[in-house]
Amino acid sequence: MVIQGGPVIFNTLHLPEPWKLSTYESAGGYAALKKILADKTPAEDVINELKTSALRGRGGAGFPTGLKWSFMPRNYEGDKYLVCNSDEGEPGTFKDRDILRYNPHALIEGMIIGGYTLGAKAGYNYIHGEIWAEYERFEQALEEARAANLLGKNILGSGWDFDIHAHHGYGAYVCGEETALLESIEGKKGQPRFKPPFPASFGLYGKPTTINNTETLASIPWIVRHGGQKFLELGKPNNGGTKIFSVSGHVEKPGNYEISLGTPFSELLEMAGGVKGGRRLKAVIPGGSSVPVLPGEVMMDLTMDYDSIAKAGSYLGAGSVIVMDDTVCMVRALERLSYFYFEESCGQCTPCREGAGWLYRVVHRIEHGQGRPEDLDLLDSVAGNIMGRTICALGDAAAMPVQGMLKHYRREFEHHIEHKKCLA
Amino acid sequence: MLNIEIDGKPIEVEAGTTVMEAANRLGIFIPHFCYHKKLSVAGNCRMCLVQVEKAPKPLPACATPVSEGMKVMTRSDYAIAAQKGVMEFLLINHPLDCPICDQGGECQLQDLAVGYGGSSSRYAEPKRVVVEKNLGPLVATDMTRCIHCTRCVRFGQEIAGIMEMGQAFRGEHSEIMPFIDKTIDSELSGNIIDLCPVGALTSKPFRYSARNWELSRRKGVSPHDSLGSNLQIQVKNGRVMRVLPLENEDINECWLSDRDRFSYEGLNSDERLTGPMVKENGKWVEADWQAALTLVASRLREIQVKDGAEQIGALASPTQTVEELYLLQKLMRELGSGNIDHRLRQSDFRLDAQAHGAFWLGMDVADLNKLDRFLVVGSTLRKDHPLLALRLRHAVRWGAGMNLINPVVEDYLCKVANKAIVSPEGMVSALAALVRALAESKGEAVPAVAGNAEVTPEIRAIADSMAGGEKKGIFIGNLAQHHPRFAEMATLAQEAARLCGAKWGVLGDSGNGVGAIAAGAIPGRAAMGHQGLVGMDVAEMLASPRKAVILLGAEPEYDCHDPQAALAAMKQAEFVVALSSYKHGALDYADVLLPISPFTETSGSFINIEGRIQSFNGAVKPLGETRPAWKVLRVLGNLLNLPGFEFDSSEAVRAEVFGIAAPDPDAQARVCKLLDNRIEPVAVSLAGSDKIERIGEVPIYQADPIVRRATSLQRTADAAPPVARASGMLLEKLGLGDGGMAVIRHGQGSIVIRIDRDDRLPANCVRLPGAHAVTQALGPLFGELTVERA
Amino acid sequence: MLSAESLAQIDKEIAKYPVEQRQSAVMSALRIAQVEKGWLSNEVMDFVAHYLGMQPVAVYEVATFYNMYNMKPLGRHKLCVCTNLPCKLMGADRIADKLKQELGIEFGETTEDKEFTLVEGECMGACGDAPLLLVNNHRMESFLDEGKVDALLDELKGK
Ligand SMILES: Cc1cc2nc3c(=O)[nH]c(=O)nc-3n(C[C@H](O)[C@H](O)[C@H](O)COP(=O)(O)O)c2cc1C
Ligand code: SF4
Ligand code: FES
Repeated sequence: MVIQGGPVIFNTLHLPEPWKLSTYESAGGYAALKKILADKTPAEDVINELKTSALRGRGGAGFPTGLKWSFMPRNYEGDKYLVCNSDEGEPGTFKDRDILRYNPHALIEGMIIGGYTLGAKAGYNYIHGEIWAEYERFEQALEEARAANLLGKNILGSGWDFDIHAHHGYGAYVCGEETALLESIEGKKGQPRFKPPFPASFGLYGKPTTINNTETLASIPWIVRHGGQKFLELGKPNNGGTKIFSVSGHVEKPGNYEISLGTPFSELLEMAGGVKGGRRLKAVIPGGSSVPVLPGEVMMDLTMDYDSIAKAGSYLGAGSVIVMDDTVCMVRALERLSYFYFEESCGQCTPCREGAGWLYRVVHRIEHGQGRPEDLDLLDSVAGNIMGRTICALGDAAAMPVQGMLKHYRREFEHHIEHKKCLA
Repeated sequence: MLNIEIDGKPIEVEAGTTVMEAANRLGIFIPHFCYHKKLSVAGNCRMCLVQVEKAPKPLPACATPVSEGMKVMTRSDYAIAAQKGVMEFLLINHPLDCPICDQGGECQLQDLAVGYGGSSSRYAEPKRVVVEKNLGPLVATDMTRCIHCTRCVRFGQEIAGIMEMGQAFRGEHSEIMPFIDKTIDSELSGNIIDLCPVGALTSKPFRYSARNWELSRRKGVSPHDSLGSNLQIQVKNGRVMRVLPLENEDINECWLSDRDRFSYEGLNSDERLTGPMVKENGKWVEADWQAALTLVASRLREIQVKDGAEQIGALASPTQTVEELYLLQKLMRELGSGNIDHRLRQSDFRLDAQAHGAFWLGMDVADLNKLDRFLVVGSTLRKDHPLLALRLRHAVRWGAGMNLINPVVEDYLCKVANKAIVSPEGMVSALAALVRALAESKGEAVPAVAGNAEVTPEIRAIADSMAGGEKKGIFIGNLAQHHPRFAEMATLAQEAARLCGAKWGVLGDSGNGVGAIAAGAIPGRAAMGHQGLVGMDVAEMLASPRKAVILLGAEPEYDCHDPQAALAAMKQAEFVVALSSYKHGALDYADVLLPISPFTETSGSFINIEGRIQSFNGAVKPLGETRPAWKVLRVLGNLLNLPGFEFDSSEAVRAEVFGIAAPDPDAQARVCKLLDNRIEPVAVSLAGSDKIERIGEVPIYQADPIVRRATSLQRTADAAPPVARASGMLLEKLGLGDGGMAVIRHGQGSIVIRIDRDDRLPANCVRLPGAHAVTQALGPLFGELTVERA
Repeated sequence: MLSAESLAQIDKEIAKYPVEQRQSAVMSALRIAQVEKGWLSNEVMDFVAHYLGMQPVAVYEVATFYNMYNMKPLGRHKLCVCTNLPCKLMGADRIADKLKQELGIEFGETTEDKEFTLVEGECMGACGDAPLLLVNNHRMESFLDEGKVDALLDELKGK
């Protein structure tokens, strides 16, 4: 797999053992934290830099981070928490894993800055169940940071205490949803909470909590060091900075590419070596498996940023680009994705629990030559009955791929139903 | 306050109100399954989706807080489409077996589905089937019907205080279930049957015995504990088929303990006595009422004349009605005897001369929820008072400090701030120490009653806790009330309460203890606190057995503090007449058995522990030749030519008791005046002892004759035959192993029983329940035991 | 019930959370117990419940919610192949077929000698390495092809 470095996060890849504290420090790591602690920078200032930077959450929803941080109650008496979401499990997404293994200290520094800014008592990093080696590496990095008094009591003589702990998941995609993740840290099954109340007022252990994605937090030291304006300039207005795009599927060089937001998709595809075997680009899922698919020709005209992809009727999500060439049967592709949401629904709310299985079974029937002419309208209607009616966005995630596929590839589905076999 | 509009109707509500609550206030029904007013909001069924102006998607009414100017449409096309969509999802995997489902006719899903029209036809895939679970003898399951609303799970976590049900697996595979192979053992488990909106959880004893629409509904009041839960008694063909809670926010809210819910099986027991019986030449023969009552009258008269009226004694169960207890004491006193008592499990009567009125809770039941601090002394709280315990847990959840002085430690299912675990006798010293500590911390002179009691760190902590807070209570539980040193504990509790500004009271060991005092079924005090003929209390009557005994609903071998003494006294009597609903031990020692109605077959009144009069009518006709006890006593009075027995209804009796026609609010006011916990102090002794003390509680399902015969309750874990328990230290001292067999001697009797180790018990104590066939051969509930290896 | 070593590890996890939040360590405790025992029996879950002061059914909820816990005894090596879309595009089905053939079992089955259990996995957040599989939850094998599968099976059989 390829990792293409960029200025913000993957900036030490060329050095030996880039995950080491010493390596990170040699490239200017922890300077931002030290400066903040030495200057006793007011929290307000850090948040303003973030607002200027136009950093948007990298976990999928693209919510402006500065704004999110400003929601944390300032004068709250009790404990507050910062939580990092490294539960990356959305098909097509694999950037946070590389941050954990190649630059864990960027995340740690980002979390310490977050802890300082938000007045948190402790930070937790929730790490996806299936990436054990990265969990262990992160734990080692925490040990290094503790040994260097970057964590723990009286950090660097500042009189301020803060620690970070890793929490290891064990196989549940829904725990990527932030409130399911909190439940999971609390030692419960990962069922999302109804919002409101939002985590900023009722989060981990019922305390005010801020949750950010790994990449979001790992971007923060750079912003603090270089200023929000510089970060903004790396990208485009309202879409500040670089973003790591995980490119998978039918490309010559799958991997993570840290590039400026606003880079044309065609350039990203080129970096990834183009469509595998020089075949025709059929379709792209631009933001992870839960966003609607877009036809290749539509994608070739888009730039990779939140606003442009949204305008085309999909989402940038976590920047997870799944590329499909012209050999791919869309019915089959959807069948696998629908199975995923059926399997991963937490089972809490009715439309998702019952509807995800229904969608999967109908698509499965169509794929296996048992489709009926009315099935496509049924799929559309069932998906519509899930959309927007669930506790968390997993319900939407189950519905959107179905709607996207039917919108752009209805003919393939009709062909399956009519001829009991594939068009592709 | 916020102004909003629902379906065009304006309403003003406080911030934090949900759309569902606001709609309820307007009388607008929003369909729902997971929402329940007493449970946390789960928002998972999505049935309550409504349209909110400017919201991009339909919102769940149960979980959406109102905001200023909000406009909600619950029946717009948009809202109905969302609700229909959810209904369709709920039905795709739900069996369409309403005709054979026990919930049929009272199923929320069925009701709503009808309203939305059959819609499952679009689902062409096989339906989900879920493996059955065995939840024990009370709750039947059909989990394929479960709609995952999690009400039962939340009930366990939030109300029962113990999470016995959970949602295992995930997604469509989710199953509501207990931990593998575990049953549901909470004393409140039956409530999940009511909570389940579909037919997944139903009543096992009731299963398939009637359809909802065949049942008629009568109001009733439970006699099983001092709360007096309100009941909806469901009847078919003159038989009680099922009991459900009748909602009363001040008393049982919408809950029932399992004891109140399932005890009705005892009403239909094979052991019911259905006709009068008399013993002729040592053999029981059936008799008609006339003959039996004439015999009773003549025998009583004979003994009265021959031996004096004081040779007649009456023991009444405190679960009988006010009217019955009143007539019994009237009959006794007109005969010239003051020997009447209902406090069968009590053993210390020193307070009879010191009390000013009837002991009671000291506050309203609903006030328990609002306590800041409280102390419970000597109680198996959850088992004796399942719903009072629930209220106290509620208080703790909202920050109240719970303190205990107790010989036993139980799982209170909530945070216990401080506890002093002491022997039964040790409760006296502990309370004395508490008085001392409270006085010391206030800088007051230590009251003499506190003597030189040693203030342990535990007692100090309790004192510190009780010194704080605004609303506080000190409650004497059944273990303390039954203890031979109850008077001393009450004296000290009163003193402690004074020092810390708490109210004190008793939790009450029976369904109508306050009513029995109002009725005058106690020596020296006639109805409503009037001076009455003095006489013997129960202990005295058993210690020097009477020649004639009238038993009203009492089964002395189970219901008395000292079953040995009780049985001996019964056997020694020349003449025993038992007014009872059951054939019981009296078959051995009585001369006449008169079948009387249990609470469902008569009208009458109970007065609960907060002093509330609750009157009720019979729910069903008396079984066979059974008659309401008030009628039996009236006729007996007539046959004995006693004056003042011309009653034609229980209402007339009631009017005489309260001095006023009963529904008059003045009756209640008069009873309230009777409630008084003030006592003149008794002398307190702090002498310790090193004898082995018995801790004799009354097991939850042995409390009274009806419960003892409720077959399904008798199959629960709580009804398992008692074993002895003692700390490891004591076992070691006695050379016994955990789970070994021991010979226990107490009074004149002895039994061989397993003894288990329980290190939470105080040293030198053996916990050994009474009121059970297994321990019937032993002496009183408390006192010295000897234990040896068997 | 569990070894001193496992208990020490669990205690370390407990220490990560506020004192009154022992339950937070339940996922780790179950993972650690599973590493020691191979699967989560009722006794193990009951033990964990007591150790952390939880109700057993709450532990059961957790154990059955997260799919890396083994709720029944499995083969010595659990091979979990990701077949989700990105992996599928890169030939996950071929890898799965190869494994099924070599081991003579289907997904969800265990070889007769109790050496291997084959299961189908969901996205492991490593799609760039596709196709891939997990050995006993904690070891990832990436960029699989037929040759690598052979080598892996040989290695595991030798162990
Ligand atoms: C079903 C579901 C899965 C999610 N998975 C992830 C995830 O794996 N990683 C992540 O960072 N955010 C995930 N999210 C989004 C989070 O809920 C949350 O928005 C995010 O962690 C916030 O961080 P950010 O503001 O830095 O993006 C998921 C959301 C849903 C509904
Ligand atoms: S949408 Fe699905 S995953 Fe999200 S809470 Fe509802 S059932 Fe659970
Ligand atoms: S009643 Fe509102 S979601 Fe169930």
